[in-house]
Amino acid sequence: MKRHLLEAADLDRADATLVLDTAAQIDAALAGREVKKLPTLRGRTVVNLFFEDSTRTRISFELAAKRLSADVINFSAKGSSVSKGESLKDTALTLEAMGSDAIVVRHHASGAPHRLASWVKGSVVNAGDGTHEHPTQALLDAYTIRQRLGRLEGVRVALVGDVLHSRVARSNVGLLHTLGAEVTVVAPPTLVPVGVGSWPVEVSYDLDAVLPKADVVMMLRVQAERMTASFFPSAREYSRRYGLDARRMATLPDDAIVMHPGPMNRGMEIAAEVADSVRSTIVEQVGNGVSVRMAVLYLLLGGRSE
Amino acid sequence: MTNYLIKGAKPYGGEAADIFLKDGRIASIGEHLRVPGADVIDAAGLVALPGLVDLHTHLREPGREDAETVETGSRAAALGGFTAVHAMANTDPVADTAGVVEQVWRLGQQAGLVDVVPVGAVTVGLKGERLAELGAMADSAARVRVFSDDGMCVSDPALMRRALEYVKAFDGVVAQHAEEPRLTVGAQMHEGDRSARLGLAGWPAAAEEAIIARDVLLAGHVGARLHVCHVSTAGSVELLRWAKARGVQVTAEVTPHHLLLTDACAEGYDPVFKVNPPLRTAEDVAALRAGLADGTIDAVATDHAPHAVEDKESEWAAARPGMLGLEQALSVVVETMVETGLLDWAGVADRMSVRPAVIGRLTEQGRPLAPGEPANLLLLDPSTRATVDPAALASRSRNSPYAGRELPGRVVATFLRGVPTVLDGKAQK
Amino acid sequence: MASSTQPARIPGGTDAPKPGTPAAGGVLLSAGDVGRVVDRMAHQLIERAATTDPGAADGGLSALVLVGIPTRGAPLARRLAARIEAFSGTRVDVGTVDITLYRDDLRRRGVRALEPTLLPDAGIDDRLVVLVDDVLYSGRSVRAALDALRDLGRPKAVQLAVLVDRGHRELPIRADFVGKNVPTSRIQQVRVHLTEIDGTDEVLVTEGDGLGTGARSGATRGSEGEAE
Repeated sequence: MKRHLLEAADLDRADATLVLDTAAQIDAALAGREVKKLPTLRGRTVVNLFFEDSTRTRISFELAAKRLSADVINFSAKGSSVSKGESLKDTALTLEAMGSDAIVVRHHASGAPHRLASWVKGSVVNAGDGTHEHPTQALLDAYTIRQRLGRLEGVRVALVGDVLHSRVARSNVGLLHTLGAEVTVVAPPTLVPVGVGSWPVEVSYDLDAVLPKADVVMMLRVQAERMTASFFPSAREYSRRYGLDARRMATLPDDAIVMHPGPMNRGMEIAAEVADSVRSTIVEQVGNGVSVRMAVLYLLLGGRSE
Repeated sequence: MTNYLIKGAKPYGGEAADIFLKDGRIASIGEHLRVPGADVIDAAGLVALPGLVDLHTHLREPGREDAETVETGSRAAALGGFTAVHAMANTDPVADTAGVVEQVWRLGQQAGLVDVVPVGAVTVGLKGERLAELGAMADSAARVRVFSDDGMCVSDPALMRRALEYVKAFDGVVAQHAEEPRLTVGAQMHEGDRSARLGLAGWPAAAEEAIIARDVLLAGHVGARLHVCHVSTAGSVELLRWAKARGVQVTAEVTPHHLLLTDACAEGYDPVFKVNPPLRTAEDVAALRAGLADGTIDAVATDHAPHAVEDKESEWAAARPGMLGLEQALSVVVETMVETGLLDWAGVADRMSVRPAVIGRLTEQGRPLAPGEPANLLLLDPSTRATVDPAALASRSRNSPYAGRELPGRVVATFLRGVPTVLDGKAQK
Repeated sequence: MASSTQPARIPGGTDAPKPGTPAAGGVLLSAGDVGRVVDRMAHQLIERAATTDPGAADGGLSALVLVGIPTRGAPLARRLAARIEAFSGTRVDVGTVDITLYRDDLRRRGVRALEPTLLPDAGIDDRLVVLVDDVLYSGRSVRAALDALRDLGRPKAVQLAVLVDRGHRELPIRADFVGKNVPTSRIQQVRVHLTEIDGTDEVLVTEGDGLGTGARSGATRGSEGEAE
């Protein structure tokens, strides 16, 4: 495995499978245990460097690192020297000088983790960069699919919503393709990037046509602000054409599951009764996130084959 | 004043000849010239070209002297073989008054390495709201003829029309930064396959082409001269070809980096490759080369844009757009146009000296290598190849997109009105 | 990433025995030997369980849990359980405990794929846990396994059974049940092969682990069977 996890393309099929297998073993090892802690990364320091608020992702990484006994430092850009104009590079070098072994970074600028990786000696894990990627989200999604459906090869995944601005979509397209799934992106044409033709996906503008053939429906968060930039006319129209409600869910094959990376806009892209249905994996995804991130931290930090 | 006898240079790459420079002019060109008392320069194997003229340079002074000054930029220009550069108006304060353009002009005179020709802003503060005092700048000591809000597009069509019309009074030209701002909000790189994957907001080719289409129609309508800055797309070349065929007085420039680099450079998110307009696709590069070869694009202009380290050593979105160009411009043209057979040396002289001087209405620049003409010329060794080392550049900044790249050609000497500004590849002051 | 870490070989070096070295390439235990050793250990486990819990109706065997340390400790534990059942008629609980996440030498050896940790439904609390491994060397694997057990429950007692004890301990750990004691030098390798994994039963001693003298213990893992 590479030293960093910056994007889905950093993982070939063998590496991605190893991450999922390792997460599964960790899950099994910790299941039902009173002491949910392993000594694996004792003495290692993991920095959560968050330039954007994301409580859920930060907590997930924090828990993952702590369960592996790493020391965890949470560095939020708000109220820190960063907001006083310190550059990303200076921040990175400062953290490294303090002895960080890994930096988990969330940044509003696409590619910021790549820059960071060019400046530090330790590992960098991308926890979401701008509209680029969020690879551990894709890993936990793949893990959840495999857990529910027992496989990834040939699984038909509909990725629905604001693909243009979604780092979750980019990572999932890459990783699911690597793992042999068949992805269809479904969105209004305004929310599909120009250049999608080079992606290994099908593109559809018609959710109703896609659902009966989907094993997995992955709903992406759609921000209501998008309509002010005319990506779609109104929240109501978006919801009517691309929202997943109970009627639409009923057209899915029997075993199909519904996923959402959170946070959800209930009533916008997903109806409450769908989010709370038995098909929904939304709560599992959160739990799986910790296991997958433990696996990633272990595999990146556990040491190196020499 | 020292007189120079250049022995054995090849004017425009042709037959070797001796060139005698006397009192700031070319006194004679011929075989086996003998001039007692003149300094002799052995130029065997070197190509002699008229001094290059850049229509598009950012010298950053006043305002960002930490990135470049008129003096350091002039030195970089001389080392690149230039004898004149147009200094863009987006300084701080903006060059939108006679006072500022005269200040820049005087700084250029003091540096004395190239003719620094100030460009005046089209609108006050580059805000695109009302015209700056274009006439006052034209009448100033700086004799401004090129007006540009470069960095910003004059996007208001009515304002653009008035600017085009107004500068006719003093034979000026509006150099448009063609970018429809509503189509490039937050844009970071060329919109296409790569932007989709890299998650960087796209800068569509149509945003440039839409403005060019509009402006050539306006220029044709009012019978004014229009110059299009840094053309970057195949579609723009087509539009220019169409407009020229219709007799519109439009000229255009292309940068060295758009002739060589593509959006693939964005892959590692290194902002040294962030520029506006962005690097485009290989198809665009091919179309730009073809357009420059057939004259649809009139000139190569550097868009030399120095930036301080902190403005580039950051995440992509936070970095300022722009890249250095003066010192490598000729090498890039040799690589992309000469070695590919698209232009001969006379063609290089035409696109990098003659035509830019005409567009800028510079009467003593861009002149042929001929007796009686001003002694503005350069000597190029076309046979050497060297790897670009940003630390070795004369510019105060280091944001060269060519770092580590091997390029052909070395400017051995540059003469400005008979005075060497560069000798043996070294600046003379 | 490698699924298991192999020792770096000296160029030109081989695993083949050097001529003239007495133990080189020697078969320490043949297939038949392995079977006999396992049988003997099973008998010892039965006897010990009876003395641990003298009054118990089943000879104390229901309190016994054999926990194998992957890779080869796991099938070994299953074999021992099978033999105990054959000799005593009593089923014995079996489990495995993966120690990868408890090792103290990850920085040096690199990551490897995890193997399952499986405990019997009845758990290990207040029971006699016997850890089973193929080779006892530095003792670090056992130390890691003890740490793992501590997180999994609270056994009444923990004992250790190994097929081969080759000496060179780096920690104060000893085995309660030993199939065969083999004095070795540090540069030798003890390789255990079991049918379940390797297709054959045998224990070999070879010269040279390619790592110099005693620089590190337990340099190999997996097919070399030095699970330290």
